[in-house]
Amino acid sequence: MSVDLSQFHQVFFEESYEGLDVMESALLNIDISAIDDETINEIFRAAHSIKGGSGTFGFKEIAEFTHVVETLLDLIRSDQFEMKADHVDLFLKSVDCIRTMINQFEKGVSCDMEVAGELKAAFTVLLDGENETSSESNEADSKKSAQPNDSHSGAEGWQIYFKPELDILRTGNDPVRMFRELSELGELSVIAVTDDIPSISDIDPEACYMAWNLTLFGGATEEQVNEVFEWVVDDSELVITPLMLQSDTREEDLETSPNVGVVVSEHEATIIPETGENEEIAGKEVAEAKQTTTKKAVAKKEVKTESASIRVGTDKIDDLINMVGELVITQSMLSELGKEFSIENLPKLMEGLAQLSMHTRELQENVMRIRMLPISFAFSRFPRLVHDMSKNLNKKVELVLLGEQTELDKTVMERIGDPLVHLVRNSLDHGLELPEKRLALGKDEMGKITLNAFHQGGNIIIQIIDDGAGLNKEKILSKAKENGLVSASDHLSDDQINDLIFLPGFSTAEAVTDISGRGVGMDVVRRNIQELNGSVEVESKEGEGSVFTIRLPLTLAILDGQLINVGEQVYIFPLVSIVESIQTHDQMIHRVSGGCDVLRLRNEYIPIVKLWDVFNIKPKHETVEDGLLVIVEGDNIKIAVLVDDLLGQQQVVIKSIRENYRPVHGVSGATILGDGTVSLILDISGLIKLAGVGRDAYKKINDANDTEAA
Amino acid sequence: MNNETENDLDKVNNELSKAQADEQSDQYLTFFMAGEEYGVDILAVREIRGWEPITAIPNSPSQVLGFTNLRGTVAPIVDLRHYFGVETTSYGNASVVIIISVQTDKGEKIMGIVVDAVSDVYNFSKSNVQPSPELSQTKQAQYVKGLGSTEDKMVILLELTEQLIADSDIAADRHLLVG
Repeated sequence: MSVDLSQFHQVFFEESYEGLDVMESALLNIDISAIDDETINEIFRAAHSIKGGSGTFGFKEIAEFTHVVETLLDLIRSDQFEMKADHVDLFLKSVDCIRTMINQFEKGVSCDMEVAGELKAAFTVLLDGENETSSESNEADSKKSAQPNDSHSGAEGWQIYFKPELDILRTGNDPVRMFRELSELGELSVIAVTDDIPSISDIDPEACYMAWNLTLFGGATEEQVNEVFEWVVDDSELVITPLMLQSDTREEDLETSPNVGVVVSEHEATIIPETGENEEIAGKEVAEAKQTTTKKAVAKKEVKTESASIRVGTDKIDDLINMVGELVITQSMLSELGKEFSIENLPKLMEGLAQLSMHTRELQENVMRIRMLPISFAFSRFPRLVHDMSKNLNKKVELVLLGEQTELDKTVMERIGDPLVHLVRNSLDHGLELPEKRLALGKDEMGKITLNAFHQGGNIIIQIIDDGAGLNKEKILSKAKENGLVSASDHLSDDQINDLIFLPGFSTAEAVTDISGRGVGMDVVRRNIQELNGSVEVESKEGEGSVFTIRLPLTLAILDGQLINVGEQVYIFPLVSIVESIQTHDQMIHRVSGGCDVLRLRNEYIPIVKLWDVFNIKPKHETVEDGLLVIVEGDNIKIAVLVDDLLGQQQVVIKSIRENYRPVHGVSGATILGDGTVSLILDISGLIKLAGVGRDAYKKINDANDTEAA
Repeated sequence: MNNETENDLDKVNNELSKAQADEQSDQYLTFFMAGEEYGVDILAVREIRGWEPITAIPNSPSQVLGFTNLRGTVAPIVDLRHYFGVETTSYGNASVVIIISVQTDKGEKIMGIVVDAVSDVYNFSKSNVQPSPELSQTKQAQYVKGLGSTEDKMVILLELTEQLIADSDIAADRHLLVG
């Protein structure tokens, strides 16, 4: 038993989180009026794996707590307990509780058992209530639960009847191994029951038709015996009776108190490991577990929320291996060709190179696909969020999820979660009206929030649609004027007004209460999305609802870029940030005192940034008249960047410059062009800062010109 | 690049891998820069390459020449001449780039240093390395580990730190110190 289990902890944590997610979504899907057996089974299985795993790895607290949950689930599963709506909430709370516990173990802090205790008490009340109604099982229960104490004081041994289900060998459980483990606890005799073995023609060689009568002598506790069967107890007939009480009750046991009795007694036993070496072992285990988890926690502190591993389908990996194989073959063919190259072989070489480039591209595409996950990973948290929030707000909400299978890069997924939560919350809190109000307006009492995801071109679009009140444009406008975000004389289109909610400074606390409310940190939402090279827009119709549309690149690793050059250097603008590119005339350019040139374009004044100037390089054209102006937008500020020439557009693979260097102002990354040279990708907001175009200056220019025009 | 230099590079790279296999000894790869011989810890050396065009980094300190493409990794190239106040020359086919890895708090960083020519691999035991007294007061001291001496010559052994690509302009600092 000297295997270091701590190496598997991370896998256990990840699997448990997945299991909890399964439980949660299944719980939220339960229709109380017609409970579906399969759903309950699903929840039960998830809980069972978590219990089993945590028991194995020595996370006793989780195992104990999950066990209680599991017991009640088992009763529901076997129709001995009727599930009601508030039980669903209780289960949801316990899912949260288990998640917190696992999280605490992962971080290596000690488990906070307060919530768990409360919930456990609630479960026990339910379980007890159930037991009273069926007095027979209660009796069996009390009889059983008394036993563990006896066992400590010296049971001579145990009589065990073990009949596994047919599939036991296929699930990777080996009875022989279990018996060997039992034999370590004391003297063991095994009698096989072969009654059920079918005739040889009907036999399935992989099935287990045997049952066993085991007699274990010695001072083993029931807990220890149970532990041996921990993984199979739910799929097998297992009856454990103390040797001294052993009688013909076996059959009776089987009929009257199925797993209830056994399971509950096991539970009791784990709760009271007060005496003897048991405690010592348990203590040691916990201490060990803690030690390893703390060690891990130190190393992992910084990346704790973003899971570091990724599950990939084996088919994807097989594809990759095939492709690498092809690549190696092509490579060896080419090197063979290169050894004695003559000009006659040129067509062959060209062919080989074409093959090579094809394989490389395929390989690249497939590697990218590994990082792609369905967006359901990001959507999965919303049923719960909406469920809880609608309860708090006394609103009735139906959540519709569409396009859950749309795939998205994992890193993008991780960073889109928070903005999405923010937007959904906003829709729920401020968008949807209270049921009474909805009825008064002639709408369905039940509000509707739709999350929709789909691909469009090289982008993924995520929409958050609600059928609530919509944005109140008048109030937004008056508020914006009050805050000085727009001047009183401005005439804005509806879209421009809606766009105001994304401005920083608009999201004041006052705005939340006064206006229809939207605007809580909307600027943060927009900034987060822009950091991912995406954009967010809102459409709204008063009284009918709003649609928030998020547009994101499929991956952070690739970017659509516009190549430009200045002097001998080639730079890349992210295509999404480019508004337009123009050649200028003299009359379009105004020189503002202080040396800053501005471009007048359709009544807008845009500061001109000379790239050669801010980057200290030698250009072909120093003056604005000779070059081209590329108008780009970042942080809601537009600037016109002077470049020598526009080159092509292409997709570029983003490389980090921070990895081997350090951040450079005005540059967000680098890429490698077709000819093997490095080219830098420009960061618009960085350029704006570098050029010293502040928000205030920008506004001043535009305001000054407004008054001038007036 | 002509075949001869390529063969030379191959030879050096071979020797390099041999030396790296034998981790017991304190070995240094030495190179020439403006007639002076310098040495770097051979375990930090990744490979030796010929000169390739590089991409300038906007507003970088003068010793950082730019980025190069190292088989898909973007790595900065520095010119050590700036640290030691040696006149900079133009770079061309004769220049050699030594790719080194530098340990930092955040893991290792890969960078290249431009030199005139790679020389040899020497063994220096601890007793053969002396601190260089005249430098100990100046800023350059942090880039010099010590002076290694063999029977007939002396080699300046370099300390490889993240400071090589630091923000500040080394040349400017040096003038301040001198002035």
